[in-house]
Amino acid sequence: MSYYDFLFVIEVLVGGLLSGVMYSLVAIGFVLIYKTSGVLNFAQGSMVLFAALTFVSLVERGIPFALSLLITFAVMVALGFTIERTVLRPLVNRSPMTLFMATLGLSYIIEGAAQLIWGTQVHGLDLGIDDTPFEVGGILISSFDLLAAAIAAAMVAGLSAFFYWTRIGLAFRAVADDQFAALAVGLRLPRIWGTVWTAAGFVALVAGLLWGARLGVRFSLSLIVLKALPVLVLGGFDSILGAIVGGLIIGASEKLAEVYLGPFVGGGIEGWFAYALALVVLLVRPSGLFGQKTVERV
Amino acid sequence: MIGASLGAAAYERASEISAILAVANPVGDRRLARLSSRPDVVLALSGIGISFGGVKALSDVDLEVEVGEIRAVIGPNGAGKSSLINIISGLYHADRGRIAIGGQSFSRVPASRLARLGVARTFQNLALFGGLSVRNNIACGRVHTRRASFVEHIAGLPRARSEDAGIAEKTDQIVAFLHLESVADRLVATLPYGLQKRVELARALVAEPKLLLLDEPMAGMTATEKAEMAGFVRAARDRHGVTIILIEHDIGVVMGLSDRVAVLDYGRKIADGTPAEVRADPAVIRAYIGTAEGENGEDI
Amino acid sequence: MAVQALDAARLPVDWAKLVQKLALATALFVVAYGVVPAYASGYLVEAILLPFLALSLAAVGLNLLTGYCGQLSLGSSAFMAVGAFGAYNFNLRVEGLPLAVTMILAGISAAGFGVVFGLPSLRLRGFYLAVSTLAAQFFVQWALTKFGWFSNDNPSGVISAPHLAVAGLSLDSATGRYLLSVTTVMVLTALVWRLVNSATGRNFIAVRDNETAARVIGVPVLRTKLLAFAISSFIIGIAGVLWAFTYLRTVEPAGFNLDRSFQILFIIIIGGLASIRGAFWVRRSSLSSRSFCPGSAHSCSAACSIRAFST
Ligand SMILES: Nc1ncnc2c1ncn2[C@@H]1O[C@H](COP(=O)(O)OP(=O)(O)OP(=O)(O)O)[C@@H](O)[C@H]1O
Ligand SMILES: [Mg+2]
Repeated sequence: MSYYDFLFVIEVLVGGLLSGVMYSLVAIGFVLIYKTSGVLNFAQGSMVLFAALTFVSLVERGIPFALSLLITFAVMVALGFTIERTVLRPLVNRSPMTLFMATLGLSYIIEGAAQLIWGTQVHGLDLGIDDTPFEVGGILISSFDLLAAAIAAAMVAGLSAFFYWTRIGLAFRAVADDQFAALAVGLRLPRIWGTVWTAAGFVALVAGLLWGARLGVRFSLSLIVLKALPVLVLGGFDSILGAIVGGLIIGASEKLAEVYLGPFVGGGIEGWFAYALALVVLLVRPSGLFGQKTVERV
Repeated sequence: MIGASLGAAAYERASEISAILAVANPVGDRRLARLSSRPDVVLALSGIGISFGGVKALSDVDLEVEVGEIRAVIGPNGAGKSSLINIISGLYHADRGRIAIGGQSFSRVPASRLARLGVARTFQNLALFGGLSVRNNIACGRVHTRRASFVEHIAGLPRARSEDAGIAEKTDQIVAFLHLESVADRLVATLPYGLQKRVELARALVAEPKLLLLDEPMAGMTATEKAEMAGFVRAARDRHGVTIILIEHDIGVVMGLSDRVAVLDYGRKIADGTPAEVRADPAVIRAYIGTAEGENGEDI
Repeated sequence: MAVQALDAARLPVDWAKLVQKLALATALFVVAYGVVPAYASGYLVEAILLPFLALSLAAVGLNLLTGYCGQLSLGSSAFMAVGAFGAYNFNLRVEGLPLAVTMILAGISAAGFGVVFGLPSLRLRGFYLAVSTLAAQFFVQWALTKFGWFSNDNPSGVISAPHLAVAGLSLDSATGRYLLSVTTVMVLTALVWRLVNSATGRNFIAVRDNETAARVIGVPVLRTKLLAFAISSFIIGIAGVLWAFTYLRTVEPAGFNLDRSFQILFIIIIGGLASIRGAFWVRRSSLSSRSFCPGSAHSCSAACSIRAFST
């Protein structure tokens, strides 16, 4: 392999890792909710779309950037809170499968609502980030991707700090550990669920802005949920670290596969490659790379 | 204090060493071979150990169960009783030790072959098929005897029909034996708890097992229900000759029902003998003093 | 012999119920084979009954897997696609293959795929399995678009369905396609009905309700799951053939997308998991609800599904 080939591999790899961060960004929203309430929230993708659409529509109506951000945040918090109250709380104690299908239905409702409120046209979203690639040691890196990764990293750090050092964060971890024990020591589960849905709304906002800026704000944006699912399966539904590492692995291997495997099978493999990869890993480790391995109690 | 904990540490260490020795040591295996070749021993465990994370649920447990006996296993909460039954039925895999069932020796019992090995069980927490009627739940207990394929079932071919008829007959017998006639066609999930427990016993009995494992079959029952259930357990042994391992907290039931009693505490077997022997055993008394259940007299 | 005689004596035949059932079945036949072909308008048949029948059949198939056996699948329309393309290719490449055989072979191909993509169910449960069934969805759609062989190297990728005929009788008219559809659906539904009420069906339910207990009492859990995948995919595959051959009249991968899979899932949720009749009721009501909120039929059925849970 020549030096330039080598550089090219590195370039592909770095590009893949950076887009992997974007996958993790969506996956983390799932993990937050799954860890505390055992719900695989399929509506996370629609929440991302809803956030991006709300923000871009506000900006287009001449509302300043910061204010739009604030309003969108408020809307997302309200949305998360409402979902928790109206859909999930009445369904508490139902099987995880029932809850999942409820969120699946929810995703269509949110999309329908977004369509009704904001219409169906595609919006461009300019976050004012310069997207000229720059060169480091002979490889090209997209500055947008780099910044997006930095924002994602900052958000993960912020969330971790929140969950490690605040009282409510402590409660969150207690609930994630053992719901019944948490209930027994008097933690108020509904308040924690409320907080978690709020946090998930916030994550959706960040993901919505970054993905929206990258792809344009359009309805297919909600399909990034399909990118997040294999990441979750790989990392385990209940591990934030897993979501991050899973995202990186999928991002990198997907790009490498596209470049080196794609040409042999006619390309277009990015739709299923991540799933195949996740599946192979799962068959070896049925609860993902970082999911807890437990012996079922009988 | 320090002395005690040092002593405990030393004891731990010693038992670890002996556990390792038990693995390497062919004497244990030979003992098992001898036991499992004895026709009157239905089940023999030797040197069973299992841990979950840091918790040693069982360490170095031996147990022999003879044909036709009702063998109680008692102990405080978390003593490892359910773990023991789960290891025998292949749902947990022991880290150490061997299990011999009717002459065949395993380090891991294959759960999917359990029924054909002649072992049936009930669960501490109900494990019925909520979407099936009582009769169909019980009929499932004989699924291991079925041979007809799904095509034969859809087409209603003779083999499928005769299997169905045979199983229906056995089911009816058990339904009558356990007095379940009046609820036989109800959805099992709609029954009160005590009856569901009884259906689970029926599902195990219909398989006509040689060895029956009962994990707290009377837990949560009223005194009358308990007495009734105890009657069924005894009748199952007396009429069908099935050997029974019984986990039960109610000491009155245990003493009245069982031939021998093994006592577990913190994963170790601390006593094994007739009810009278066990009751007088100082180690058993010590184990139970101070546990919450020791306080209300009747239950241990 | 003696036992059977006893049984008969103990169980008096419930004549009222039997008559009721017979009357219902007769009414169904009269409507399906008499009233509809004679009086239904072309629009009713083409735009409503044909998709209704195909999707209902798919829902019956998925219900077997998800409702009865408890294995959540998000890739149903992939199996429809395999069935549709299978039927197209068998018809194209084997001279003079009777339609019924074509359909059965297509169903068998779908069943084969179902078993392959059901293999993960042996190790995975719940969401992990559900996500892995998405692999089937995306892989099949990709393969059918990517490899021209499947669509006979047709440049547009959209191929028209072959002529339909049984025993020399052309079924290309709307009524003919309807008769083919309704007969297939009735036969398969009847077979599924027998299956779920047999010992095999009870094994499905046992695995769904308590896999551990099922294994311990000797239900062959792995075999049962794969069988559920196979039979379910067989039926969904044939539903795919109906969808492409009788309703759309074209065979194309695009229609068999994730949305279609979710649609089938919604049908079985609203109709009631583990209820065969439900598959038909809902399909009808969601068709009528579409006229109220055009463009977002999904939101409607989604709303229904959530309401169904809350009650
Ligand atoms: N599947 C498992 N995963 C983790 N820990 C387990 C598991 N099963 C049992 N344990 C632990 O092993 C120990 C013994 O549990 P076990 O259920 O065997 O006790 P038991 O004697 O049946 O108690 P009880 O009377 O409450 O039923 C306990 O500390 C328990 O927490
Ligand atoms: Mg127990």
